Order: sequence, then C-alpha cells, then structure tokens
Amino acid sequence: MTESVPSEIIEGRSQWQDARRRLFANRAAVASLIVLAVITVASIAGPMLVPWTYDQIDWDHMEVMPPDLATRHYFGTDSVGRDLLARTLFGGRISLTIGLLATAVALVIGVSVGAVAGFVGGKTDQLLMRFVDLMYAVPLTFFVIILMVLFGRNFILMFVAIGCVEWLTMARIVRGQTLTLKGKEFIDAARAAGGSTASIIVRHIVPNVLGVVVVYVTLTIPQVILLESFLSFLGLGVQEPMTSWGMLISDGAAEMETSPQTLILPAIFLTATLFCFNFLGDGLRDALDPKER
Amino acid sequence: MGPYFARRVVIAIPTLWAIITVCFFLMRLAPGGPFDAQAPVPQEILVNLRARYHLDQSLAVQYLDYLGNLARGDFGPSFKYKDFTVTELIAQGLPVSAQNGLCALLLAVVLGIPAGIFAAIRQNSFRDHAVMGLAMTGIVIPTFVTGHLFILIFGVWLRDTMFHLPAGTWNGGAWPNRILPAMCLALPFIVTIARITRGSMIEALRANHIRTARAKGLPFRLVVTRHALKTALIPVVTYLGPATALLLTGSMVIETVFQLPGIGRYFVQGALNRDYTLVMGVTIISAVAVIATNLLVDVLYGFLDPRVRYD
Repeated sequence: MTESVPSEIIEGRSQWQDARRRLFANRAAVASLIVLAVITVASIAGPMLVPWTYDQIDWDHMEVMPPDLATRHYFGTDSVGRDLLARTLFGGRISLTIGLLATAVALVIGVSVGAVAGFVGGKTDQLLMRFVDLMYAVPLTFFVIILMVLFGRNFILMFVAIGCVEWLTMARIVRGQTLTLKGKEFIDAARAAGGSTASIIVRHIVPNVLGVVVVYVTLTIPQVILLESFLSFLGLGVQEPMTSWGMLISDGAAEMETSPQTLILPAIFLTATLFCFNFLGDGLRDALDPKER
Repeated sequence: MGPYFARRVVIAIPTLWAIITVCFFLMRLAPGGPFDAQAPVPQEILVNLRARYHLDQSLAVQYLDYLGNLARGDFGPSFKYKDFTVTELIAQGLPVSAQNGLCALLLAVVLGIPAGIFAAIRQNSFRDHAVMGLAMTGIVIPTFVTGHLFILIFGVWLRDTMFHLPAGTWNGGAWPNRILPAMCLALPFIVTIARITRGSMIEALRANHIRTARAKGLPFRLVVTRHALKTALIPVVTYLGPATALLLTGSMVIETVFQLPGIGRYFVQGALNRDYTLVMGVTIISAVAVIATNLLVDVLYGFLDPRVRYD
C-alpha cells in the first residue's frame, strides 16, 4: 500500500509535528532546553571529571576557601574542606534524580487514577474522586515531613513520599481530559472493534492526554526540586556526605556574610534549572494549545 | 445555599476524622518515643512517665482517649514542653503565625492581581515579558534564600541607614519586625497570583461579552475592571483558598529564618521530638484551616459567577 503513494503528495502534519514546530520557534523554550541539557550532562559526567570527589576532604584547606586555581578547587571549598564544584555537580545528580523520580511516581499514579475514573465513570469515578478531594484537605507537606522525620532521611522514601503528594492535580487534569475524549467517535470505533476497557485506556485515552500531561510534568519537576530544597533546609534532606542543591544552599546561607560564593554558586545552578523548567513548561503549553494555531 | 453549606460542613467531619486517624497511627508506627532522647532514666521513672502520659495502654485505648478528649476541645499535654498543654502552645503561637500570614496575604493580593492585569492587557509586549520574567524569579528562588538575603541586605548592609530593619524575632509584633518576614512569605504568592491573573485575564478578554462592551463604546479601563475582572478572578479565588490556609497556619521556613514564635516552628521540632500531641494539634489546626477556606471559596464562586448553582 505505502509504495503506491506518490512522493510529491503534500504530507499531512500531525498535531505533534505542529506542536514541535511551534515549540522550536519559541526562543525562551529552546534556550531552556539547551541549558537543561548542559546542566544534566554536567551533573552526570562532571563528578567523574573534576579533580576532587564530593566526599573527599582536602586536609590542607579544612575551612571555607574562595575559588582557587592552584589547588584546583575551581569553586573553592566548603567549611570542612570539600571541593564545592564536585559537590555542586553531585548535588545536581541528587536534585535532578529526585525531581524526575518523584514526578514519575506522580505521573504513574495520577494518569492511572485520572484515566480510570474518567473513562469507567459511575461508582468508580465517585470513589476515586472523593478520595482525591479528601487528600486535598490534608496538609500534605506535613505528611512528607512526618514521613521524613519518622522513618529517617531515606533517599527512596523521599521521592516516593513527594510523588505520592504531587499526583492529585495530575489525576484531576487527566480525568477532565478523559471525560471530553470519551464521547469522541474514535473511542466508539475502538469499542465497536472489540477493544476492552483496559486496552482502550492504554491505547487510545492515555496517548491523547499526553499533551496536557507533558506540560504539567515540566511544571511539577521544579516544584519537587524546590520541595526537596525546603526539606534539606529543615534538616530533613539526604544524608551527609551526600548532598543536594538545596542542602548546599542552606549550608551556604550560614556562611553568607563572610563567603557569599558558597551560597551563590549552588543557587545559580538551582535557580537556572527551575527557570528553565518553568520556561519550557510555558513554551510547551503555548505549543500544545489548539487555540494558538 | 443553606442546605448546600450545611451538607459541606457535615462532609468535613469524616474528612477531619480520617486525617486525625491517619496522622495518629502514622506517628505511632514510627520507631522511637518521646522519652528516648533524654539522658537514660531509671526504669521505674520511665514506667511512671509512660503511665503519666497513658503510653502504657494499648494503642486502641490511646486512640479512643485522644478522640474523646478532642471532642471536648482538649488537645492534651505537650510531651516536650513540660507544664504546657498543646492548647496553650497553639494559643501562643497561632496569633503570631496568623498575623504574619495575614500581612503576607494582603501584600500578595494587593501586588499580585494588579501586576497580572498589567501584564495581561499588554500581552506579549516588552512590558509583559519584563513583569512576568521578574515574577519568575520570585518562584524559582527558595524562600530560605530570599529570607537570608533580606536579612543580609536590610539587617546588615543597610545597618546605619534609614532603611535598616530588624533581622528577626517578633518583638511583641512591632511593625519594623513584621516587614521582612511578611515580604519574604508573600513573594512566591505574589508571583503565583500574578501569573494566574494574567492567564485568566487574557482568557476573559477574549469573551464575546467583552467585545460587546467595547463595541458599545465603554472605555477599556472600565471594560477590564467592571466586566473582565470578575470572570478573571475565579481561578485566583480557587488558588487563594488553600493559599490562605497555608499562610495563616504559619510557614516553617520563614518562622525558622526569622525566629518567630509561631506554630510552624513547633511542627518540625515536635515531629523530631516525637511530641505526638503537639504535632497532632498543629496538623488538625491546618486541616481545619484548609477545609474552612475551601468552603469559603465555593461560596465566593456564587458571587463572582452567577452561572454557578449550588445543588
């Protein structure tokens, strides 16, 4: 069939191609993508390339030291003589990993609950959405803090707990989208072709709500990174000698008056990342909005 | 309206009960107890201590006791702050938290909504991008960084000028002491409100009745304030519900940075010390605040949008 189609025929553009074109026309979003890529690569590869490791103490400089090329501490050292560049890049690994994993947890729970509630409807919908309403009334940051305090500063628990807090809005958004999709002809067609409820949700509903979900995901990641930094500030972050951007910033805040670089350097990485995710999210929202066409 | 309101209040009770139950058992599930941290005490004293706070009884009995006391408005004694009941601690801390939160809320509304409208009516212009770009910085810089920066600038660098402000403590609620914490607490909320207002105002200005209002010759300023603003405020009000609850019940970060004696600080300290009753008390106050403000928001919808029906 395909080889019989003449090559000069005007190709149709899918919604995704349209969206991609609009996204790449948005300079702020493209710049954000590039910066994010650079920070991600630096966080992954950087700790292997810098002369010091994140937990290595330079016994000759066991105090805060400004950036110094001779000893190859390009960002200086922290209060116990550990290299700040190595720690900032390693902290990036932790912060970005928590951001991505917690959002992934929220994504899986939110999309499943939202799609099932919207598509199945009836009692299931009632039950799931009342549960979401109930959870909305809970001071959720409190729960994350209780979990972190009571069960220790555990890396896995941290992103699971944050993910379990962030899925509520996702579920509501996906449910709303599913309700509008449910009445469309292609769903009737899939049903007439003998598709089961599960396969219709997975094959037809989920791919069609992805646009909205992608936007929300890019806006959730910075929220999670910020939440992690608050936990670190309250002393509930990852365990020393591991570190994260939030922890480095709260350490730096203590040294702010005498050596502001310990606050400013990690803060630049954190704020740049959060900025970029927000700009990217705004760009994606504009690109995927059908009204912008 | 009346029956709707009554039903919502009735629904709030099981919600609150569920929160209390989950919180109660979650805390008891965790290892450690309130008397672990102290210097080792003789076994006999420990037994007496545990008996004094009814920790020697079964969990089910403790739970029912707690619910019973709660129904009579008694939050129980604090485990850590000896000689204080949780009710007394909250009565001391909540006014500080609530006053600071109220100042921040006013700032957020008074600055956020006009900024959003300003950006929306100049959509995609340089000034729109400038205001929104500036606003973005307010979201991406964590509060504990802005807090420390404010202290550094106003408390240290401007020490000898007329702009000097006290860098912390509540000082009985003196106005100079209130400025920095309120500003700092308000910043992310100002920004979020500005962004929501901008989005919904752009949407509202596209509506047909707005075109009609302009076509009949109404000045643009009046179109915005009289017709578009009401619709544009609905998402803002939705956001303000939980935001108000959050602001009034105290920020753990702000109260730590500025050393304010509010209830936000009790929470983290209480959780670390396994001060079960104090943590429960603060959580319950917050949950009540969230439920109450959400209810208030639903009532406000009716005033802003006559199409909303309560049934």
